[in-house]
Amino acid sequence: MYRPKTIAALAAAGVSLSTFGAQAQSLDESINQIFASSTGWFVSFIFSPFPGTSFPWIVAWLVIAATIFTVYFALIQFRAFPHSIALVRGDYSDPNDAGEVSHFQALATALSGTVGLGNIAGVAVAVGIGGPGATFWMVMAGLMGMASKFTECTLGVKYRNEYEDGTVSGGPMYYITKGFAERGVPGGKPLAILFSIFCILGAFGGGNMFQANQAHQQIAGIVGDFPGWITGVLFAVVVFAVIVGGLKSIARVTEKVVPFMGIMYVLAALVIIVMNFDKIGWAFGQIFEGAFTGLGVAGGMVGALIQGFKRAAFSNEAGVGSAAIAHSAVRTKEPITEGFVSLLEPFIDTVVICTMTALVIIITGQLVSDPETGLLVVENGTIVTATGASGVGLTSAAFESAFSWFPYVLAIAVILFAFSTMISWSYYGLKAWTFLFGEGRNKELVFKVLFCIFVVIGAAANLGPVIDFSDAAIFAMAVVNIVGLYVLMPIVRRELNSYLTRLKSGEIKKYA
Amino acid sequence: MSKKYVVGYDGSAASKRAVDFALDRAKASGASVVVAHVLEWSPYSFLTPEELEERHKRRGEELARAESAVTGPLQKEIADSGVAVETVIKYGHIADTLCAIAKEHDAAQVFIGRQGESGFTARVFGSVAGSLAQSSPVPCTIVP
Repeated sequence: MYRPKTIAALAAAGVSLSTFGAQAQSLDESINQIFASSTGWFVSFIFSPFPGTSFPWIVAWLVIAATIFTVYFALIQFRAFPHSIALVRGDYSDPNDAGEVSHFQALATALSGTVGLGNIAGVAVAVGIGGPGATFWMVMAGLMGMASKFTECTLGVKYRNEYEDGTVSGGPMYYITKGFAERGVPGGKPLAILFSIFCILGAFGGGNMFQANQAHQQIAGIVGDFPGWITGVLFAVVVFAVIVGGLKSIARVTEKVVPFMGIMYVLAALVIIVMNFDKIGWAFGQIFEGAFTGLGVAGGMVGALIQGFKRAAFSNEAGVGSAAIAHSAVRTKEPITEGFVSLLEPFIDTVVICTMTALVIIITGQLVSDPETGLLVVENGTIVTATGASGVGLTSAAFESAFSWFPYVLAIAVILFAFSTMISWSYYGLKAWTFLFGEGRNKELVFKVLFCIFVVIGAAANLGPVIDFSDAAIFAMAVVNIVGLYVLMPIVRRELNSYLTRLKSGEIKKYA
Repeated sequence: MSKKYVVGYDGSAASKRAVDFALDRAKASGASVVVAHVLEWSPYSFLTPEELEERHKRRGEELARAESAVTGPLQKEIADSGVAVETVIKYGHIADTLCAIAKEHDAAQVFIGRQGESGFTARVFGSVAGSLAQSSPVPCTIVP
């Protein structure tokens, strides 16, 4: 989805907004300054590298957690993979529950919140800096992340609130509060409040301003530069109509078009890969060789590894806790089944879609390498590309080399992805908001109106520091959430063992 | 065991004709009638996060509405027909669900009205009557 850091690079390379009027420019600058001075310490804390390295500790935090869950649940992501597919297909769904939220629907909705810019722009940045080898580490991180998603989404369903009118609310703030109390661990409530605050900040930032900003860059890239607030107001009106006006039809159309765009993107990538089938072997050779030697990229193997891990974590949000909110609405008697289903999410997002982007960039020869040594040509830490593009531009150029019209499709995809991500995050933010302030029409309205205002701000300004801050807030969610997951993972294991025993004994049976 | 007839009913004039037709046959043969109302639903559709959250509540509302607006009035209307009538409301793909209901009730026959869509629409989207005729586990009567 969003991916601020990427964009800092993009923004630098690309359009500086609002050439219209120095007034807007100075407003941008003052907002930048205020933000930079008051939040800079937080951003640099979250993204600070281990001493003497360039490895941000937050990336290590996510990867270590994913590894621990993978070991603790004994490779659940591979063991349960076929069963997950059967669950999504509805093989285990009671036909009498038809009309309720199915596993497929919960998965599709959660996916539309995560699939997006990270898969298009983030991967290009990873490969552009870390070389083809970054792909290998990205896939590894995606595979590990499946275990984190499994853990958090199981808990999301298990500890959700079900209200009398039949609606549900779930997510890390609920499982941290209730689960800690159940295990007799103190500190659940403050931790849940902290999570909610980060979640709201993340929703305004990475889930909103960043998206609006990127959508504007894409539109400006096609029709020429124009003031960002125009895009912002247009987006805000549509978002307002959906989240405040209850104009579900727009959201429904987006939710239908986004998966279609995703499928089309993967198909286009596959066609390009097949067209270059003679280079497939070479491309995989580059990926494996690059993974362990770096092929001359800055930092060698470690450089490739950092980029791959970082982009995977940024793209699939495993461990962040956002998906647990989306998944908790499913109708099931077994919370663990939603965990099984959710582990497909990093697989689709990272292992399939991100890898496609990377393969297309590699196979179409976007990365320039020295014909004599076979090593990549690196300048200022990034790999020289055939067209000089980076970020979304690099992905766009790679697809354009096969289909000249593809940049237009990509622009539409980016805009739709941005919109659907905003809708998803407005919901995540709202859930955190109501957790803090209680449910109620007026309280919710305040959040929704604020959300729309931030759309305009995000699109209008080139807010590097604001974006950095919002990115940091999303990762701060992961700090709190993973602490919660460590405390609650024995509960998930108990659920898992009980379910697997009953599945084996035939107590849980297929309907289809 | 007495025979059972399953009739698909959605409140339309065509489906009412099917109900009347089935009632006549049932009276003659001493069968009972199961009036089935199927709410079109696919577990593979896409919903927004809000829709996910409210789905359970909406489902309850939809079922209540189907009963008060579709099957309820019909039951009143045909109460004095002298035939034992029960109603079921289900979610799903219409033809598939009617087949499932027929199996579940061990029905002797399925009755369904047809909308008589022009050839083109029916060809592109298929018709419920057409797919039911193809897949019904028991004899199927299509009432024009």
